[in-house]
Amino acid sequence: MSGFTTLLARDLRLVLRRPGDVGVVLAFFVVATVLFPLGIGPETNVLARIAAGVLWCAALFAALLSLERLFAADYEDGTLDLLLLAPWPLELAALAKCLAHWIVTGLPLSLLAPVLGIAFGLDGPSLLALGATLLVGTPTLSLIGGLAAALTLGARKSGALLALLALPLCVPTLIFGAGAIETLAAGDGIVTHVAILAALALVALATTPWAIAAALRQAGE
Amino acid sequence: MADLHFLANPARFRRFSQRVLPGLGFATVLMLAVGVYMAFFVAPEDYQQGKTVRIMFLHVPSAWLSMGGYALLAALGASLLVWRHPLAALMARAAAPVGASFAAVCLLTGSLWGRPMWGTYWVWDARLTSMLLLFFLYLGHIALSRAYDSPERGDRAAAILALIGVINLPIIKFSVDWWNTLHQPASITRLDAPAIHNSILVPLLWMAVSLLFLFVYLVLLRTETEIDRRRLENAEAAA
Repeated sequence: MSGFTTLLARDLRLVLRRPGDVGVVLAFFVVATVLFPLGIGPETNVLARIAAGVLWCAALFAALLSLERLFAADYEDGTLDLLLLAPWPLELAALAKCLAHWIVTGLPLSLLAPVLGIAFGLDGPSLLALGATLLVGTPTLSLIGGLAAALTLGARKSGALLALLALPLCVPTLIFGAGAIETLAAGDGIVTHVAILAALALVALATTPWAIAAALRQAGE
Repeated sequence: MADLHFLANPARFRRFSQRVLPGLGFATVLMLAVGVYMAFFVAPEDYQQGKTVRIMFLHVPSAWLSMGGYALLAALGASLLVWRHPLAALMARAAAPVGASFAAVCLLTGSLWGRPMWGTYWVWDARLTSMLLLFFLYLGHIALSRAYDSPERGDRAAAILALIGVINLPIIKFSVDWWNTLHQPASITRLDAPAIHNSILVPLLWMAVSLLFLFVYLVLLRTETEIDRRRLENAEAAA
């Protein structure tokens, strides 16, 4: 377990030393979201209707944007070779990297999205639901995205390919994440949606670390 | 499966496929000719769908084959990762575009059928959307397997993707069904409401078997090509 925490702490420290990298992702999220009212028009009822979908999609794109570098730096400078040689499971290393990615992107995105939701005219319960679903749903995005990042390590045009691989697999999370706010508007609770999001996150947690580790082993060969 | 292990050797597979392919190709053409004749001239028009029901003879088997094709990709991916069968990688490389083509045919014929029947080329129906996502999964597999300078890397990355994809397919299907029922209750008459009459069912099954023959023929032929291509690349690398 000490390897896990060491790697996690190292990744977080790397981000702390260069906070601009995370700042760019969050700025992208804000700018991409702001484009929608400009493109669609300022009617509050229309914006409130599409807010959840827009914010969820923007969060998905923002998370993908930062994933390309998840393993690439370690791959280039040889850290990955050391991780492959390390006497503890590569699956844990994969999990630590994804957790670090979630802490620096998924978590801030979940906190930032309700603030942007205010500008879209969402009411109080919807804002809470938006934050809650993102909080439960973004770990899945980090895990699936981590898999796509590991698979495309060293590939040509890895950025676009990463999105092509990750986006179809993220569809269930998007549907239940954005759907929760719609259910709330219809007068029902969001417990079911949050529970399914949590289930999706657990399925991802149970499957992706093995697949990421397998992909990393090939990259190291 | 144990009896099929002798095919894991690409050279032996090539000898086998060269013996099988001509006969299989002939049988495919024959079966398709009979199937198309039945679909156009023997099968009656549907009282509701009219002549457009004939699209179904191509549409439905394409949907089946595109789903079966992804299962094949996953099985080939597993045998590549577990047993390192050299042939599995080449066959997966050969099968992915064939499966993707059947998915595309399914989407296109569905769209052409939808225009006269539903009044629109596309609706965000759960079935259509999950078929579209399956098509995207195929595209990802094809793109990933060809994204590396070393083909072996691409093969194994694509194998992992196929396995994760096959775990996710039921989840995607379930969530898309949920999403659709949330947005619009079934407003469109589905095909599966009444049992299908034999006069339609027999040509449909016949076409399904003929297209399965076509699928197998194309995959075997393309696998042969992949074996030759890989040999050529290795020879070039060695020279």
